[in-house]
Amino acid sequence: MRRSLWELTDASGRPAERYLWHCGSTIALTRLLEETVLGGRASALYGRSVLVATANQLTAASILVELDGFAARVVICPPDLMPEHLASIAAGARADAIISDVETLSAAARGLECIEPSRLEPQPDLPPVRNQETGWVLLTSGTTSVPKMVVHNLSTLTGAISVGSGTGDVPVWSTFYDIRRYGGLQILLRALIGGGSLVMSDVRESIQDFLKRAGEVGVTHISGTPTHWRRALMSSAARRIAPRYVRLSGEIADQAILDRLRAFYPYAAIGHAFASTEAGVAFEVRDGLAGFPASLIGHEGGAVELRVNDGSLRIRSTRTALHYLNGSNPLADEDRFVDTGDMVEQGGDRYYFIGRRGGIVNVGGLKVHPEEVEAVINSHPKVQMSLVRARKNPITGFLLAADVLPRSQPEGPDASELLKNEIIAACRRGLAAYKVPVAIRFVSNLDVGASGKLVRSLA
Amino acid sequence: MSVRSTIIEELKRVALEHDKPNTTFADETTLLDSGLDSLCFAIIVARLEDIFGVDPFNSAEELAFPVTVGEFIGLYERAVP
Repeated sequence: MRRSLWELTDASGRPAERYLWHCGSTIALTRLLEETVLGGRASALYGRSVLVATANQLTAASILVELDGFAARVVICPPDLMPEHLASIAAGARADAIISDVETLSAAARGLECIEPSRLEPQPDLPPVRNQETGWVLLTSGTTSVPKMVVHNLSTLTGAISVGSGTGDVPVWSTFYDIRRYGGLQILLRALIGGGSLVMSDVRESIQDFLKRAGEVGVTHISGTPTHWRRALMSSAARRIAPRYVRLSGEIADQAILDRLRAFYPYAAIGHAFASTEAGVAFEVRDGLAGFPASLIGHEGGAVELRVNDGSLRIRSTRTALHYLNGSNPLADEDRFVDTGDMVEQGGDRYYFIGRRGGIVNVGGLKVHPEEVEAVINSHPKVQMSLVRARKNPITGFLLAADVLPRSQPEGPDASELLKNEIIAACRRGLAAYKVPVAIRFVSNLDVGASGKLVRSLA
Repeated sequence: MSVRSTIIEELKRVALEHDKPNTTFADETTLLDSGLDSLCFAIIVARLEDIFGVDPFNSAEELAFPVTVGEFIGLYERAVP
């Protein structure tokens, strides 16, 4: 029989000795189990489709524990959701209520019942049996268009997590991620179900303050992207934590960051995991080397099956998402393999990640479509065409660089410099800072393939 | 121009480009306290690679990330031939 998040948390042992820490507040898990931020109305949302769009992560976590097993569908809105996308998301989810304390979002949710969450407060009676198979909808990040809505349920989300035994030390988890993103949600669920505590980050907090706070409560397990970790190691507060386990995910973990973490936290196990919102948690590598063993590919019938087709990693497992709520593309192929779009290359007995299909570039965790940047560059009257590509970077993984074919080659270094500056200025005006190319190179031709498209090679 | 002054100039230029004009770069300033974010440092490291032809962050010998401006400059002073 299905057990709800509430029941799994309750069963994971010693909730009075486990905590959620957020900026300025400490909540024992018993309070999460016994109290409410919804005025005890969770059971009134039985069978309904609900958007959760709160200002802070702690409120969102409380709502997830309260609603799982009651609501038919919970849409977990990330903190940077743009109000103009809300109507489309509400329609895609057939939502009939929104729980929000963010005015711009509740104002944009026309026609939905609006529920404003309170602080945690006691509720007189525990609600009745939670027996709905709640759909958990996550939104993907990175582009300016409406995010994709990816449907999971509690069992796809928790496939890689074992229920806490209630014995031994309580692991103290933390993550640089927001818990409303797949990577962060995994850590919340690991803490709640796996018998741990959790230190949540906050966007308004500096990395130093976050690390100090995590160190003060004795964080033992902590996860983030390679970019998060590079930034952490540049902070004087990196010594404030002494984790037993350091996890990287969400971007390519290169050998340099793995070596640096090993040198900096010699007593920690360091693992880099492959997971995505659509594909779920696929595998974790703990041998300290970049890439993953080729032996992981091709085993049929395991809990997680991996294939490489046309250079990209494909994943089939019970942890992959169920389907999309919007858009026309199916989430998986007819064999139920999810194409991750992450391109890999074999070298010896290992596979290495080399970038994203379609030239999508991951700049410090934010995805950029090169075409979007090319469009801005190409709008300059002196530009014929351009090719935007990834350039490796030790801080953000990648930055963008542009090869520009001018209508006529600039004459002399001054003219060349002037045109570069004009192009960069146009990019700054039209694009977010992380999308502005760091370098521009003038070329005399760009390869166009038989399909009539620019030839994009991977970084 | 010395490695040091080239780096300070790039730091200031990137600060200006990202509307962070009130940043100071003394040797003891912590990089993350200087007001520049990861993206700014990524850009600085890329530009310094174009200027000096080296990226000391990718060197096998340098395992520690610099924390202060002084350490950041030292990293390049050791790496630039």
